[in-house]
Amino acid sequence: MVAQLTSSERQYCAVILILMVIVGVAMAALGKSDPLGVHGVIVIVYSGVLLYLVLSAFYGPEPQEDRQASYYDDPIKVGIALSMAWAVFGMFMGVWVASQLAWPNLAFDAAWSTFGRLRPTHTTGVIFGFGGNALIATSFHVVQRTSRARLAGQISPWFVLFGFNLFCLLAVSGYLIGVTQSKEYAEAEWYADLWLVIVWVVYFILYIRTLARRKEPHIYVANWYYLAFILVVAILHIVNNLAIPVSWGHAKSYTIWAGVQDAMVQWWYGHNAVAFFLTSGFLGMLYYYLPVRAGRPIFSYRLSILSFWGITFFYIWVGSHHLHYTALPHWVQNLGMTFSVMLLVPSWASAGNALLTLNGAWHKVRDDATLRFMFVAAVFYGLATFEGSFLAIRPVNSLSHYTDWTIGHVHAGALGWVALITFGSLYTLVPALWKRPAMYSATLVEVHFWLALAGTLIYVFAMWNSGIIQGLMWRTYTEDGTLTYSFVDTLVAMYPYYIARAFGGLLFLLGAIVACYNIWMTARGAPAAAVVGDGPAQSGVAPAPAE
Amino acid sequence: MAVEEIDPVSGRETTGHEWNGITELDTPVPRGVLIFLIVTHVFAVLWWFLMPTWPLGTTYTHGLLDTDQHKMVAERLVEANAARAPWVEAIEKKNYDEIQADPKLMKIVQETGHRLFGDNCAACHGRDGRGGSNYPDLADHDWIWGGGPETIAQTISVGVNSAHADSRVSQMPAFGRDEMLDPVQLNNVAVYVHSLSNPDDATPENVDTIDAGRQVFLTTCAACHGENAKGNADVGAPNLTDKYWIYGGDIETIVATIHGGRQGHMPTWGKRLSSTDIKILALYVHSLGVENP
Repeated sequence: MVAQLTSSERQYCAVILILMVIVGVAMAALGKSDPLGVHGVIVIVYSGVLLYLVLSAFYGPEPQEDRQASYYDDPIKVGIALSMAWAVFGMFMGVWVASQLAWPNLAFDAAWSTFGRLRPTHTTGVIFGFGGNALIATSFHVVQRTSRARLAGQISPWFVLFGFNLFCLLAVSGYLIGVTQSKEYAEAEWYADLWLVIVWVVYFILYIRTLARRKEPHIYVANWYYLAFILVVAILHIVNNLAIPVSWGHAKSYTIWAGVQDAMVQWWYGHNAVAFFLTSGFLGMLYYYLPVRAGRPIFSYRLSILSFWGITFFYIWVGSHHLHYTALPHWVQNLGMTFSVMLLVPSWASAGNALLTLNGAWHKVRDDATLRFMFVAAVFYGLATFEGSFLAIRPVNSLSHYTDWTIGHVHAGALGWVALITFGSLYTLVPALWKRPAMYSATLVEVHFWLALAGTLIYVFAMWNSGIIQGLMWRTYTEDGTLTYSFVDTLVAMYPYYIARAFGGLLFLLGAIVACYNIWMTARGAPAAAVVGDGPAQSGVAPAPAE
Repeated sequence: MAVEEIDPVSGRETTGHEWNGITELDTPVPRGVLIFLIVTHVFAVLWWFLMPTWPLGTTYTHGLLDTDQHKMVAERLVEANAARAPWVEAIEKKNYDEIQADPKLMKIVQETGHRLFGDNCAACHGRDGRGGSNYPDLADHDWIWGGGPETIAQTISVGVNSAHADSRVSQMPAFGRDEMLDPVQLNNVAVYVHSLSNPDDATPENVDTIDAGRQVFLTTCAACHGENAKGNADVGAPNLTDKYWIYGGDIETIVATIHGGRQGHMPTWGKRLSSTDIKILALYVHSLGVENP
């Protein structure tokens, strides 16, 4: 890591890390009687460990080779490792909270392990920890390969990666000690949010500058999606997290939004986090790794344009469908609902474009579990986006809202689409990155595929059943006009599905553990013959394809 | 450099661009996609004309149907209340005996009571009303404050040891902790109380202890629980001679109860539930005992 940096770059790193330690000390001092102080200590330890790594290699030999002649892959490797570590953590937390719903005693009577605190560690762990690191790592890989240019910075990729993981760490540790601003998927408090803004702006600048260095006349579709992800997430994050801290020494802050505007801003953020974090970014992955693995051209460039602009334009309007039948004015709900319906076709166009790209490679889908991961991901993407538009229709929502159907829908997207496309992409990326002929074990990829698919199907079917039963029980009246079921009756009906859901999640977690082992063994394995042409375009040298 | 090629599988031309081996076909957007795109947009535009949708400064387009969710809810509430009105009025007007004599009304009481009980009472008393550790069983015929529907309704309305001015009040003092009984007396009276529901306790070895305990009971406990230990609903003192216990009838729990005292708590529901709801609940709770012989 540090060996690739020049001595002046090492100095910059040390300065940044020393500044971070100072900030940590300030947080610890100002917030010594507050959870903020705990986070100050975490910042000190985190930055201190990185500073130690930099200083211990500070006087090592400088890199001799021309760094511009090669891609910058070290941050990608670390990003993959972090992504998988968060995957196991976040999915374990998911299995735990799912089990708590079936067996509440699994909270063990402690404050930190109650459902309300563990649940955001699950969502943050999987969405930001697993998904975010995977997006950062793959975006660094894709932008270099499709631009034929090295990342436009030596330090900034590390800053983005480690800065983002510090944010995740502050968020997750905060939930356990009771720090939250009570906004779903934006629970982290003001100082962590400010930090993420800095990290994200650096990420945006790095990405734009790398694209500007490209040696290709056109910007490939995958980069449109990654860029939309980076840009819009920055806007969403800043607007939703505008807040006034109680003081510089307190973790607590109050949002500047009030009442129904707060709800609307929150769900504008919440839904577009799904759109631009969990959809756009991962479509970027799909657009690179699927055609590479299938060895097929993208089915239609025109369809790519239609779906990209359709998704980007329509998604930003639809957040109000999370607030149907609430204090939000009726007209705002209708507006969100109609845009949700119009969003369906561009979404399906993406899924269709991916599936039709596989024409001519279906035998590979049959034989290659890695490509099958991506195929099933595209199918679940189509399914989840149809379901999303359907659930956004007000009368449908009146049945589904507040029920487990929503959880089932989210996990059809999160497990079936986001996680499966990530695993398919990582199984394509890891051997290429470590320059290995293939993954350590094709059998383990196959095992992971079936564990993940079975886990997803069990989870989603359990929640569909549970959610629809729940929704129907809530609205069932006797012929005399009174409700037939009490709330606790619905809990009894859901109990078996909660057990099934925890089991499905457990299978999915086991699959992720298998993946960790397989990736680890691949990275440790013997290298293949060097790939010719896997480097940035050099002046005077015609670009040659990698494979 | 844009170099178009023909893809052998589809016969389509590529766009001529290539990124690290990835190419794209120049396939036109399929007709089906365009048709569905138009269908969804037509649906959306129709909805915009019919329903409130677009903001206009300080107001919004109200739509041709001129509808609003608040108006819709208000209308449906009126309809639902009108549909329920006949039996709600009947339950309000009739007294408990009359309602119990009317099978149609009692069917409604059972259905509605089940829902009211599940949503308001089951958290403590259990879904089936059979209580649980520290919470009284409502289906065991053994009533602390009396089991008639009127009495039950009163208990529901004012609660037990609650903040309500007319709350039912009862307290079992901490005879051991507050040193009203010495350890020997406490043990004796516990053995006596245990023997009331366990006649087999009266063995030759135990007879003296039980006799001593009875003396303690008559001077200390009988004021509330009665000389025969059958309890007194006026002060909420439970019957100690039957097999039903709130906190447990084993000797250790009885000792703990006498030592540390007990003071149960039931919230007041008079302001949270309508008088009709309380009436229905009282009849429902009363019927729990009837159904369990």
